[in-house]
Amino acid sequence: MGTRNQLWSIAKMSVTGGVIGITISDRYVTVVAIKGHSMHPTMTGTDSALRGDIVLAEKGCLDRYKFSRGDVILFKCPSNHKEVFVKRLIGLPGEWIQLPASSEIIKVPQGHCWVEGDNAARSWDSRSFGPIPLGLINGRVTHIIWPPSKMGRVERKWPEDRIPPF
Amino acid sequence: MSRFVRRFAGIPWRQIAGEAFSVGLLTAQGLCAVHVVSEHVLGVAFPRGPSMLPALNMAGDVLLTDKVSPRRGWVGPGDVVLLLSPEDPRKIVAKRVLGMEGDEVTYPVDAGNSDATKTVVVPQGHIWVQGDNIYSSNDSRQFGPVPYGLVKGKMSYRIWPPSRIGAIDSKE
Repeated sequence: MGTRNQLWSIAKMSVTGGVIGITISDRYVTVVAIKGHSMHPTMTGTDSALRGDIVLAEKGCLDRYKFSRGDVILFKCPSNHKEVFVKRLIGLPGEWIQLPASSEIIKVPQGHCWVEGDNAARSWDSRSFGPIPLGLINGRVTHIIWPPSKMGRVERKWPEDRIPPF
Repeated sequence: MSRFVRRFAGIPWRQIAGEAFSVGLLTAQGLCAVHVVSEHVLGVAFPRGPSMLPALNMAGDVLLTDKVSPRRGWVGPGDVVLLLSPEDPRKIVAKRVLGMEGDEVTYPVDAGNSDATKTVVVPQGHIWVQGDNIYSSNDSRQFGPVPYGLVKGKMSYRIWPPSRIGAIDSKE
């Protein structure tokens, strides 16, 4: 009888903990491991676990979908909803964006944004798939928490070789 | 004065704080449970507007939305889905899925004014959504195919009004 009570209380505790954990990671803050090289040198990622960076992402920005240029955001890949990408936000709805390779200028449609990786050479981003709907955004990266040498805030920054839109 | 101090000290503060803490914790647990169920298992939706007539009323319908199917990929042509509008992420719209990735969709370009139709192929990872009421709906005909990641739920069951309780017909 004693072991059964114990099992019951352990089960209850883990369910409660899980429910509270899911709620916090859905609504407030979550932890994500970075894979791939598209955000080098801000973040590095390798294929094996524990070698890539681990970041904190806040979810509060999803209440009103207010973002700034230069934010690092997490979003679902537009062509595969199971993959989550991390890129830098370059263009907000209604802004004019100059494509880096050509001199073409396009307008970001309403409810969309333009995202690019910091490592232009190895990034698959809006330059290939175009502007993405804001609804795909999952969170905003605020801090790097692993490895310890890089621990700290993720700065909002603007790529030097681009002219900011007016 | 000293009587007041004595009475003040006599109040079982420790017990009150403990009780308040446990009630607060229980409330927080309840709210978390509500959040998890409504976001991940089964939600409630109150769709409004003319775009899904006659399957959904203009207003007053209460529907249960299945939040498991979109995650697992169990959404197919004919299903009514809830999705974040690609034009304004703060809006959630209900539309019917007409095509999955790779499907060819033929749609009226300007319903009501001409018979012209257009055929498109839905790109990878996207779906084609349209309102049932093609004369008054803002959907894929205007904004094109939408990424599957915007789908938030599948409308599966109507629980109000009582005369129309039951599954929502899934039609091709």
